[in-house]
Amino acid sequence: MALEVPSELEKEIDDRITHYPVSKRSAVLPVLHALQHHFGFISEESVEWAATKLELEPIKVLEVVTFYPGFRQSAPGKYHIRVCRTLSCAMAGSYELMESICKKAEIDRSGVTHHDPVAVSRDGKFSIEFAECLASCGTGPVCLVEDDFHEAVTDVDALLSQYK
Amino acid sequence: MSQIKYIAGKEPHANETRVVFKNVDREGWDPSIETYLKDGGYEQQKKAFKMEPGDITSEVKTAGLRGRGGAGFPAGLKWSFLPPNNDKPVYLICNADESEPGTFKDRYIIHQDPHQLIEGMAISCFAVGAKLAYIYIREEFPEGAQILETAIAEAHRNGFLGKDILGTGFDLEIYVHRGAGAYICGEETGLIESLEGKRPYPRIKPPYFPAAMGLYLCPTIVNNVETLCHVKHIIGMGGENWSKTGTPNNTGTRILCVSGDVEKPGYFEVQVGKVTLGEVINNMCGGLKPGRKLKAVIPGGSSAKVLRADETFKIGKGDDAKEISIWDIPMDFDTLAACGSMAGSGGVIIMDDSRSMSWVINNLNNFYAHESCGQCTPCREGSLWMKKITDRVVAGKAAPSDIDQLDAVARNIDGRTICAFGEAASWPTESFVEKFRDELIADTNPELEDAFVNAEALTAAANLK
Repeated sequence: MALEVPSELEKEIDDRITHYPVSKRSAVLPVLHALQHHFGFISEESVEWAATKLELEPIKVLEVVTFYPGFRQSAPGKYHIRVCRTLSCAMAGSYELMESICKKAEIDRSGVTHHDPVAVSRDGKFSIEFAECLASCGTGPVCLVEDDFHEAVTDVDALLSQYK
Repeated sequence: MSQIKYIAGKEPHANETRVVFKNVDREGWDPSIETYLKDGGYEQQKKAFKMEPGDITSEVKTAGLRGRGGAGFPAGLKWSFLPPNNDKPVYLICNADESEPGTFKDRYIIHQDPHQLIEGMAISCFAVGAKLAYIYIREEFPEGAQILETAIAEAHRNGFLGKDILGTGFDLEIYVHRGAGAYICGEETGLIESLEGKRPYPRIKPPYFPAAMGLYLCPTIVNNVETLCHVKHIIGMGGENWSKTGTPNNTGTRILCVSGDVEKPGYFEVQVGKVTLGEVINNMCGGLKPGRKLKAVIPGGSSAKVLRADETFKIGKGDDAKEISIWDIPMDFDTLAACGSMAGSGGVIIMDDSRSMSWVINNLNNFYAHESCGQCTPCREGSLWMKKITDRVVAGKAAPSDIDQLDAVARNIDGRTICAFGEAASWPTESFVEKFRDELIADTNPELEDAFVNAEALTAAANLK
């Protein structure tokens, strides 16, 4: 099934590509970001579409998707959460934060692996994964919900209730 | 600068010298170009664009500016590695991939003072002759990327970017390029591969020194956010004057990011070498938590070797040689190197006596195992192996001899990889084993020494016969 890319999104993507006058291939990351932002994850169809758009073999796109933790190959929840796992946040309680979000949002992380790090809540509203250092070590524990950054998160109810 | 007011509760500490962070948490400040221009913004670009490009590089050299990203390499020297009589395009890349655990300085520059970075970049591009520049920003700063794109558009409209800038005939475009969550993209050649749309496998040096063969195999300069911001101030103050801040060979100011077990973690811009670690902890950060004792400090981002609280360090040479305690270490490049660690990215992580060192090193090993790009075997296999061993230590399922194994694995990564990630991944383990060996061993179980066997490996061994 061919991917249906709205014309506005395609226009945005075409504009991004002009930022790389020397090599279209350089636009792989921005094109994938735009597709993931719209579709929630990178499907096989998205890989094909990006490859055609950039005149690349699909493997040149897929190898990028599978390498970078920022690209997902399966559908996340409506709101995707990334909790910082690394040292300073862990010292400030990020593992506990992960646990309480999962409890509150009914997310089961038992099936999570290195290659499949995202767990989705039962109702599909939230998905979650650990992220490595989000670069706000002085205000841990921190997390990203979609593109919103939250620091010194202690009240999970208050955090989640912002997302309807 | 006495008239500058800061947001209540976010005032700089009295020991700070705010240069790059002058506008961070400033009252009435916003990231718009109007605010920046009202404060004398882009005046240094106007000044620099009247200079000979080579003279800008000379000023940066005179200033003695050392890279703020991690390696501390002199920025002016880096620029002068561009090949003479070059007929290829030159590119400049701002490394805004800020991802060294413990570091959170570039975030505030990007979010609160984006035009400072753009001005610093424009001056640097003019100096090295780059007409196309990229800001490689980590994907986890989505708001930062937007703020930068807005700021670039504003700078364009005001004639500080684009064609024939300020009537000099010099053209420059800056674009924002977002990464996708990989630490290795902070390594400059990995970053370049990523910007070319590939997996960020670092390139081998030689021959791929970016200044000679960088982006699209053309001469390329890669500098950290904070470094590029300093270029603006060097032009403003003059290299000679700028170098009077800080200490010799460790000139200027730099931003220390303090996290972990202190009362008030945060960011502090200080003159390099003018404050000691003790002053940072006790004065600037309000000391340790009540009733707690200092146990360990990672002084320059997670890759820097750990310092133990009760160590003494020999610094200085000849008549100046002396032994100092951890509290008296001046926070500069050379002293921290003499102490066996590094100033790195300025990320200072404080650990008190409530922390298990097995748990800490395991947390870091998880990070490096996750972030190894997988290109070099010692690093790909070794970083995961180290994580597995410390996973066992933390779970109480390791034998005492595992600690020697852990150390041996680390030492077989160090120096055997294409890029410095090998050192970054192994130095934490090497230093934690060296300095906290007894504690790590105490977390192991001697009964597992002979009993601990890997069933899978035994089966494999039996099948070999």
